[in-house]
Amino acid sequence: MELLSNLALGFGVALSPFTLFLAVVGCFLGTIIGALPGLGPSNGVAILIPLAFSLGLDATSALVLMTSVYYGAMYGGRISSILLNIPGDEPALMTTLDGYPMAKAGRAGDALVLSGFASFFGALFATIGLMLLAPVLSRIAYQFGPAEYFALYLLAFSTLGGIASNNQAKAALASCIGLGIAMIGLDNQTGMPRLTGGNLHLMDGIDFLVAIVGLFAVAEVFIFIESHGKGSSIGVKLEKVTLPVRDLVRGIGTMIRCSTIGFIAGVLPGAGASLGSFLAYVGEKKWRGGDRSGFGKGDPQGVIAPEAGNNSAAGGALVPMLTLGVPGSGTTAVLLALLMTLNITPGPTLFTDRPEVVWGLIASLLIANFVLLAMNVPLVKIFVKILTVPPWVLLPGVMMVSFVGIFSLTGSYFDLLLMIVFGIIGWLFRKLDIPTVPIILGILLGKHMEDALRRAMILSDGDWTYLFSSGISIGLWAFAILGFVAPFFLRHIIKKPQAITD
Amino acid sequence: MKSDRLFGVVIIFGALAYAAGALQIQTSFMSDPVGSKTFPLILAGVAALCGLVMILKPDTDPDWPNARTFGSLIVSVAVMIAYAYTIKPLGFMIPTAVCAAILSYQISPRPVPAVLTGIGLSIGLFLVFKYALGLGLQPFPKSWF
Repeated sequence: MELLSNLALGFGVALSPFTLFLAVVGCFLGTIIGALPGLGPSNGVAILIPLAFSLGLDATSALVLMTSVYYGAMYGGRISSILLNIPGDEPALMTTLDGYPMAKAGRAGDALVLSGFASFFGALFATIGLMLLAPVLSRIAYQFGPAEYFALYLLAFSTLGGIASNNQAKAALASCIGLGIAMIGLDNQTGMPRLTGGNLHLMDGIDFLVAIVGLFAVAEVFIFIESHGKGSSIGVKLEKVTLPVRDLVRGIGTMIRCSTIGFIAGVLPGAGASLGSFLAYVGEKKWRGGDRSGFGKGDPQGVIAPEAGNNSAAGGALVPMLTLGVPGSGTTAVLLALLMTLNITPGPTLFTDRPEVVWGLIASLLIANFVLLAMNVPLVKIFVKILTVPPWVLLPGVMMVSFVGIFSLTGSYFDLLLMIVFGIIGWLFRKLDIPTVPIILGILLGKHMEDALRRAMILSDGDWTYLFSSGISIGLWAFAILGFVAPFFLRHIIKKPQAITD
Repeated sequence: MKSDRLFGVVIIFGALAYAAGALQIQTSFMSDPVGSKTFPLILAGVAALCGLVMILKPDTDPDWPNARTFGSLIVSVAVMIAYAYTIKPLGFMIPTAVCAAILSYQISPRPVPAVLTGIGLSIGLFLVFKYALGLGLQPFPKSWF
């Protein structure tokens, strides 16, 4: 019954005309962002945060707007995956594997409608899961002391570096770089500057938004300049859009299975949406008979599976983000940055101190889902038009929005230069196949992780064994080590499908 | 092979420099068992280890762009730096139009669409920022009016 009264509170917030308006605007913008080739949920949300912040919205409205954009971008990402074979971000890669062959075979409309329904199902499943699981987890989270939090942060980095990456050393390196950047600035406990090199601009540390926009948005501009926008304007034409009832009915089982897998993957801190869509796709392929199934050649179920998994994981990733303050994916890391900018501290206390934020958010996610289904199935043709925006118009625009956003937020030339530097780093790391999400996570969590360690040591008076003194922390350490080491062995068994080229 | 090895060496030197910086951190009279140096030193250690792994077990080389593409990347970086410095003194419209046009030209080398993109983005984004989002942007240099 508590759930119902909480939901009533949430809908009370979400159904106010202004919030509803923001949710619809967010969904619309998000779908456009997702559909634009080269923009995905993480960089799309990243460039909008500074702008949303300068609008002066209150915490709940800003959160509703940005999570609608997030969900919208997850939906919209499939449009460019299917029609152009360009995934907006990593989780969308799996959708290209069957979506693009389907589109080439003249079934682009079917692929879009099916993936729209799969996205809806996955996201709805995850939102309900979030509603049920988050309050429970927030109660468990009360038992977390500094030692447990330290282990939890470690778990996030190790799953991100282990299961979700191609090369552990590179992912661990990226985490260290992010954490190392977070150390710059004044020390929380002694008040002395650290690693600033005497530069006054670095005294407050490096703003995570500058890093996020640089690594995600500016780096994307460089990537497009490098490729000269090649291979992005040749797409597949969309003919009639009808409802493929037979495939949809056959896909119900797929949706249920893949949403469950996706949600579980999403809840794991650090693993996130890319793991969700990957496991959903690979698992469903095994279920349907491995290589003998039509997967990879344009099977409708191969479009449904990763989309249900992907969107379910996106919702699942909100669970650890809201209850523990540990994001489960790149985009939730960006959303965590948003919460921090809005001065909301995620964690168990969020559910008791600011229930209107949490439940308002959950209620707007439920509403956003239905809005998105309406936008993405009957109105999909409008968004397909957006794909025709050529990259030589889009990317200069992305860059200008990034600059103005950061400039309006901080008003400093130094931050703009820093953003360009992060853009160059982002491009270089993409070339070297070093993931950039751990850097963001490191910058966001670095101070917290160090504080947890130092507080644990103060409590135990310098006894290192305190870190392994409770059942919860031992469990988290075990999962952290397992998550980092297991892929060495699993890599031979489960092979990650790579992008297809024409 | 070579790129990863080279980058691994860069990382090890970077980690050493970072560790040296961490050792220089001044401590104050308030101290805790861990102190402000330990965590950065651990990070430097792990990063150096990762650098070493990259040297010993490098991945295959990425396709690096040719000299001409590198040229356009350098031009783009220069344009962005120039934009960062001119947006305030010169107002929003002119730097945006010029920079957007140059960037557009770098992506697709056709002059007329590039110039039109620059002008269009400059006007369009200004209207969006000023009226839809209410940002206090200066359209032209202050001395003009």
